[in-house]
Amino acid sequence: MTLWWIGNLVLLLVVLPVVVYLLRGVLEATESIVPTTQKIASVAAAGSRDLDAAALLLTTQEQAKQTIAAVADYGGSLDVILDDADAE
Amino acid sequence: MVVFGVVAAGVVMVVAVVLIVLALVYYLVSTILALRKITAGLDEVIVGVGEIVEKSAPVNGVVNTINSQLDAGVDALEGLLVKKAGLRDAVGLIDGLYPGAAAAGLRNFPESTEIDSPRIGETYTRGTLQLARLGREAPIAAASPGTGVLRNVEGGSLAARGLYPDVRHESPENLPGSPAIGADAPVQYEQRDDVGAPRKRLPVRRP
Repeated sequence: MTLWWIGNLVLLLVVLPVVVYLLRGVLEATESIVPTTQKIASVAAAGSRDLDAAALLLTTQEQAKQTIAAVADYGGSLDVILDDADAE
Repeated sequence: MVVFGVVAAGVVMVVAVVLIVLALVYYLVSTILALRKITAGLDEVIVGVGEIVEKSAPVNGVVNTINSQLDAGVDALEGLLVKKAGLRDAVGLIDGLYPGAAAAGLRNFPESTEIDSPRIGETYTRGTLQLARLGREAPIAAASPGTGVLRNVEGGSLAARGLYPDVRHESPENLPGSPAIGADAPVQYEQRDDVGAPRKRLPVRRP
């Protein structure tokens, strides 16, 4: 009988507080992740919007190609017009 | 008395177990709800990250292509500059346009970093002489150093005409001339009344 009461007291005064303490720690850690994931989601969405202009790189590529072609044409003409440094 | 004690102990034990179970239920359910929020947030993250991956996939190839094209342009321009002006004058020209850039040198000419770059005036004169050789009306052509005038008036001028469209030089005999201005111009514009008149004096301000 005495041992039973001692067991009850241990159950109420030790086991229950330990269980509550541990579960509360798990809950707090879990709830702290929620705002972090929401921030990450908003940042990922913003990053995705920032990359909307990446498609313009194709235009940049084409314009760079045309510019280099024009420069090459000018260079070819200058190569014909101007004397070489060695020729002087 | 013993029976009452046993019943009381049993009741206390049952109450303790019920309290423990209630605590387990409350905290575990709360944890489950928080984990569901995390799952929903991670789903949004995955969507955003997927879009980022999808949009940035061609960037590497496109940027590499642009860089290779620009590299080709730089190589061609460096080569042309060195071919036409010489390595020393090319370094001087670059340093004149972008002071301090001569220290970096030309990419395809590693020896350019060891060259003491000349003054920009020297390089500019050299370029002007090149223009004079093309038949332009460069004053330096008449005062250029060396033997005689570098500009061949007949050959150089005729050669330069070949560079331009066939408009003013050959086909049309008479194009309308430029408008004449000046005191003896055929068309005189009305002068303003205040031109040449004494300047208006403002009233003297007294302190």
